[in-house]
Parts: sequence; C-alpha cells; structure tokens
Amino acid sequence: MIARFGPPLTILLLAGPVLAGLAGTLLPAFGYLPALGGDTFSFEPFGELAAQSGIWRSAWMSYYTGVAAAAISLLLVMLFVAAWAGTRAFATIQHLVSPLLSVPHAAAAFGFAFLIAPSGVLSRLASPWLTGWDRPPDAIIVNDGAALSLIAGLVVKEVPFLLLVTLAALPQVPVERTRKITALLGYGRIAGFIYASWPQIYRQIRLAVLAVIAFSASVVDVAAILGPTLPGTLAVRLAGWMNDPEISMRFLASAGALLQLGVAVAAILTWIAVEKTLGPLIQLMAQAGYSLRRDRWLRLAVLWTMALAAGTVFAGLGALAIWSIAGLWQFPDTLPDSVTLKSWMRAAPRMAGPLVTTCIVAVCATAIAVALAMMCLVREDTTGRRTSRFALPLIYLPLVVPQVAFLFGLQLLFVLSGTVASLPALVFAHVVFVLPYVFLSLSDPWRAFDRRYEAIAAGLGKSRNTTLWRIRAPMLLRAILTAAAVGFAVSIGQYLPTLLVGAGRLPTITTEAVALASGGNRRVIGVYAFLQMLLPLAGFAIATLVPALLFRRFRAMRA
Amino acid sequence: MDGKGLRLDDIRISLNGAPLLSIAHTIAPGEVLTVMGPSGSGKSTLLAFIGGFLDPAFEASGQVFIDDEDLTPVASEDRHVGILFQDPLLFPHMTVAGNLTFAIPATISGRVRRRDIACRALEGVELAGYEDRDPDTLSGGQKARVALARVLLAEPRALLLDEPFSKLDAELRQQMRDLVFSKARQSGLPTLLVTHDEADAAAAGGNVIRLGG
Repeated sequence: MIARFGPPLTILLLAGPVLAGLAGTLLPAFGYLPALGGDTFSFEPFGELAAQSGIWRSAWMSYYTGVAAAAISLLLVMLFVAAWAGTRAFATIQHLVSPLLSVPHAAAAFGFAFLIAPSGVLSRLASPWLTGWDRPPDAIIVNDGAALSLIAGLVVKEVPFLLLVTLAALPQVPVERTRKITALLGYGRIAGFIYASWPQIYRQIRLAVLAVIAFSASVVDVAAILGPTLPGTLAVRLAGWMNDPEISMRFLASAGALLQLGVAVAAILTWIAVEKTLGPLIQLMAQAGYSLRRDRWLRLAVLWTMALAAGTVFAGLGALAIWSIAGLWQFPDTLPDSVTLKSWMRAAPRMAGPLVTTCIVAVCATAIAVALAMMCLVREDTTGRRTSRFALPLIYLPLVVPQVAFLFGLQLLFVLSGTVASLPALVFAHVVFVLPYVFLSLSDPWRAFDRRYEAIAAGLGKSRNTTLWRIRAPMLLRAILTAAAVGFAVSIGQYLPTLLVGAGRLPTITTEAVALASGGNRRVIGVYAFLQMLLPLAGFAIATLVPALLFRRFRAMRA
Repeated sequence: MDGKGLRLDDIRISLNGAPLLSIAHTIAPGEVLTVMGPSGSGKSTLLAFIGGFLDPAFEASGQVFIDDEDLTPVASEDRHVGILFQDPLLFPHMTVAGNLTFAIPATISGRVRRRDIACRALEGVELAGYEDRDPDTLSGGQKARVALARVLLAEPRALLLDEPFSKLDAELRQQMRDLVFSKARQSGLPTLLVTHDEADAAAAGGNVIRLGG
C-alpha cells in the first residue's frame, strides 16, 4: 500500500530541510560559498559579525527572552494545572484558552501592543480620570530596551500551547487518584501535584518546552513588533541582513545565524541545568514534608493570572478590530468618534494578491501534511510499531532548531536551484513547519480509535482501503479536519519562511502585516492583523461545521 | 483431510516467549465450541489469530482451516470469518440499513436489491421498519440484533463470538443467546464462542474447552 512511503517521506521532509539548511548556513558562515566567490574557509565573517555594534547585547537579549518566556509560561501552566485540574474553573479556562492557539503570533503581538502602548486601550481606559493624562505619556512601553513587553507578549501566546500539550499528557497520569492520596497525606493541592504527578507529566511535554525556548529565543515577527530596537534582538537583525540585496551580506548573515543557533543551544543548556537543579530540589522538599497546606491564595492568584493572560489576547484582538474600523480616535477617548470601513476599502486592492497567496500556500501545505500524517499513522497500524521513541524527537526537530538558523541556508539551496520565490518552494517550506503540528494533533485521536471496528469490517470481507475510507476516516473526520485547521493556522502564521523562501516576491497577509509594524499606522495594521487572525478562525469554523452538517442525523458522531 | 468445518490445528500463542495458550480442535458446521477462561487467559487473542488481526507483539504457530482451506496465510479481509464483540460496534456514521448494506458482498449489485436484502435481514431479527434509524438511538438489545444481522449478511464461513452477551441485561441475554445460536445453526456456521460465563457455555450446548488462568 502507498502508506508504506509515508514514514520515509515524512522523515525526509522534516530532517532533510533542517540538515540541508544548516549546511547551507554553516558553509557561508566560514566564508565558503563558491557561487559568490568565497572558495576558501576563513573566520572573516565572524570577525565582521563581532564588529557589528551592539551584537552581544542583541544575542544576550535573545538568550534571556527565550529562557524567561519559557520559564514563566511553564510555571504558570504547571501551577494552573496543579491548582485547578478536574474542576469547573479549569474547564472554563481551558475552553477560553484553546482557541488562542490558532491566533497567529503576529496578530497576537499587534493586539498586545495596541493594549499596552502609551496611547493604547489600557491607557485610554484609565485616562484622564485616574491618570490625569490628556496626552499619551512619553514613555517607552512597547519595544522597551529590556525586552519585557516582548517576553510578556510571548508568554500570553505560549501559555495556550503549553497548556494544550499538558492536557494531552494528563490522561496518561492518574492525577485524580494521586491527588486523593497526597491530600490524605496532608499535602496541599498544588504541592501534592508537583511532588507526585508533575514529574511524569513533565517528561512527556519536555520536547514542547524546549521548542518554546528555541522559538522564543529566535522569534522574528513578535520581536519585530514588541521587541527592543537599536539594537534589536539577534533574530530581527539577522532577518534584516538576510533580506539585504547586497549579496556579500550573506556571509555576515550566515555567521549571525550560527550565533543564533549558539544562543538557542545556550538557552536550552541553561534550561537543562535548571531542570537538574529543580528536580532534586522538589524531591528534597517532598522528603522534608513541606506540604504547603494553605495554598488557597496561590490557587486564586494562579486562576486570575491565567484568566488575565487569556483575556489579554482577546482584548488585544478586540483592539485590532476596533482600530481597523476607527474613524477619528483621539487620546484619551475610550472609543473612536465614528466607525468607518475606509481603512478596509483602502487596503482591499493591495490585500487581494497576498490573500490569495496566503490561502493557496496554506491549503496546499495543509493537504500535503495531512496526507503524510495519515500515511504514517496507517503504516504504524500495519506494522504494529509505535514509532514514538525515535520519531517524536524527529517530529519536533523543525520546531526545536531555530528557524533562522536553517531557513537561510535552505533559501540558498532554492536560490542555487533557481526555485526561490516559486509557489512550490514556498509550499514545501511551509510543510516543514505545518507537518509536526498536524501529526501531533492527529496522532492521539487516530491511535485512540477502537480498532475492533476494523476487525469487524475485515470480517465483513472489506479491504483495508475500503475500511480506511468508509469506516475509519469518516469516523475520525472531525479529528482529521481539526488537525487540518491547526495546520492551516500554522501556515497562515509563518513569517520567516515566507519572507526568505518567497524572497519578498510572494507576500502574504502575515509578511505584509509585520512589514507594517515600523510604520505605525494603526488602522492599516488593524486591518491586516485582524484579517490574519480571521483566516485561522475560518479554518476552525469549517472543521466544526462540515462534520456537524454531514453527520447531523447521527447522535454518536456529535462530539 | 477430514472435511467441513473450522479446524484449529495445533495453535500455540505466546507473548514475549511466555506461552499463553495452545489448542487443537475441529468445529463442525452448525456446531458451537466454547472456550472458557478467566480474563488474561488469551481467549480474545485466539479469536484475533483466527480472524487474522493478531497484534504483531504476539508469536503464534499452527494453522486455521475452513473446509480444508488453509486460512493462515490469507489476509484478514479474505478469510470471511465474521466476528461479534461485547459491544455491538455499529458504525455510528451510517443508518441501520447503511450498516447492513455495507456488509452485503459486492457481488450482489443494485441499490434497490441490496436495500431489499437489508430490510429482510432486519425482519429476520424482528426489527422491521428500523432501516432509517440512527444506530445510536437503538436500545442495547436492538443494537445487538442489528450487529448479528450485519455479520450474517456478509455470508461468513465461520463465526467468532467474543463474549457477545456479557453487556446485555439478564433477560435479554437469554433471548440473544437463543437468537445467535439458532441463526448460526440455520446457516450451518462453525462457531467459536469465548466467554467466562458458564451459562453461555450451557446455552451453546457444544464442546467446552477450559483455559488455565
């Protein structure tokens, strides 16, 4: 069966671009790129890199942004699950947070900026009655030099991701039973959970945490919107060099990409050191019987922080929507004087092309990724081998290796083969990042399928193909379409791959939106970012509506 | 060899080198063999081996014959061995009639004809008029009867029963036993029942093999 080719193709698609891209970054970093006249190895590009002003500060900021964003997000998620798992408040927050996963990073970052800026929504809400401001205060909040707004913006976006990954791991750990035992032993809810259940959960979500670190340390779009300027974070400066029409900048950019890789590795190593210290420390606290019995204040604090994190993203999206239709909106008015579609109409003609590109690439990349993921899962059933031990790190590979470090090299390969800025190349680059999410989203429901249905179908004389297409795929349609919607959302959100592989000639809604960041026209940004948020939402709406309509007559098919 | 029926020829199944069960027996057409044993004794594993969907984690030797044809190398879907599980497992995305027409062999063509056969099968299990129902709206006993009709429509050459009565209410259970065994006998099917309920074995009325725990 064709599914046989699924696993090797997937491995090739995930590992191939990463390895080839790393090589394409590594060689020019050492001055070797015959096509551009570099035919000897040297450390010259690194010398040039070291001479860039503020380069170490840029690298340092990238480093601590990665560690801090991941640490705060994980701490929040851990405490929240510890304090509230199994309660109604937990379910409420979970439903509130889950959809946030599909919001593209850039849109969330713009929304966050619109909230906290000196002339942002929060400042307007508090002015002038509380603050006395009738002009926006002259303070730098967004793009602050310490990268605090960048870290905060990353946290509100990574919390939903880590929460969902943790939720997927929860059923494999007897949390409820363990909680009863630790409660009988006199431990508070949070302490009992962290001592007894968390180590098992953490083991399962560890790769996702590492992915968050690497992502936060090397993110470009969010840092371009919220991060410090002069100097910017390393990744933002890199993206600038990579886009420089001056070809000799390639050597500098490659050396920088290698530095970025080093920064990510350093951040991950720091994390591993923290793991090594905190793990035994927690065990020591458990042995000492430190039971944190009165944890009510902490539980409430965590609940409100979590609600605040989710609420921030929602409020930010609301701010985007309002700005996109705002007429005159003077500070400190809470709402605009008038509402107008002028911004949308003015942007429409220029948005049409990028919108079409965005959708074509997202649909193609998603279709390929879903097909490959299904082939792998079908193959897994046939061979009876759970591929997890070897394959899981591989699936996370494109997520853990910083995009900047290998995309630039990959772009070089596309340039050399003359395929750069072509739609197939762009789709291919997107598949690399869409496939892991599609696979992770689809594999749990796929494996949870009751295989006795297949035994019955085989007993009825139905071939494997018939069983797949008439029984398993329809019964899992909701899960398959949800995975597709996740993939679609991931593709919509891709900034750097689109920028580099599209070479600026295949703009999408996302690259256009981020390009607007420096201009600061809030109405236009509102239009682009709102549209960018709307597209994934449309994907999830289709994923919900199609099965609901198709199977409306069948009660057991409703979730 | 010695003719008709389902012949289990020196079947041995083990898991990680530890022997799980061994069995050798011939079930004549219309006859029921009951294999009894506590949970974990490998009863269901035996059915998986005969049905051709044994988890690759198990090691198995021996052969399965139906009417002297060796099924062991044959793919699951070409063995035509019907199976009923504890749960009726009606396909939730098809109507009752859809479940039945899905089971009718492809050699019988024509929409109307296939639907007609499905309707008659429903009459045969006293569910006439239920064609267009959503299977999820049926009672437990009704679902079990649809599942029985479905497996018989596929014209199996043997029937495997994996504790199919264990989840039914006490009164329904006896009715269902009578229905299943009489249908199997009518169709001349060699039937293998695995159960841990003595009453099942008594109702089946055939040979009984007991597996150790």
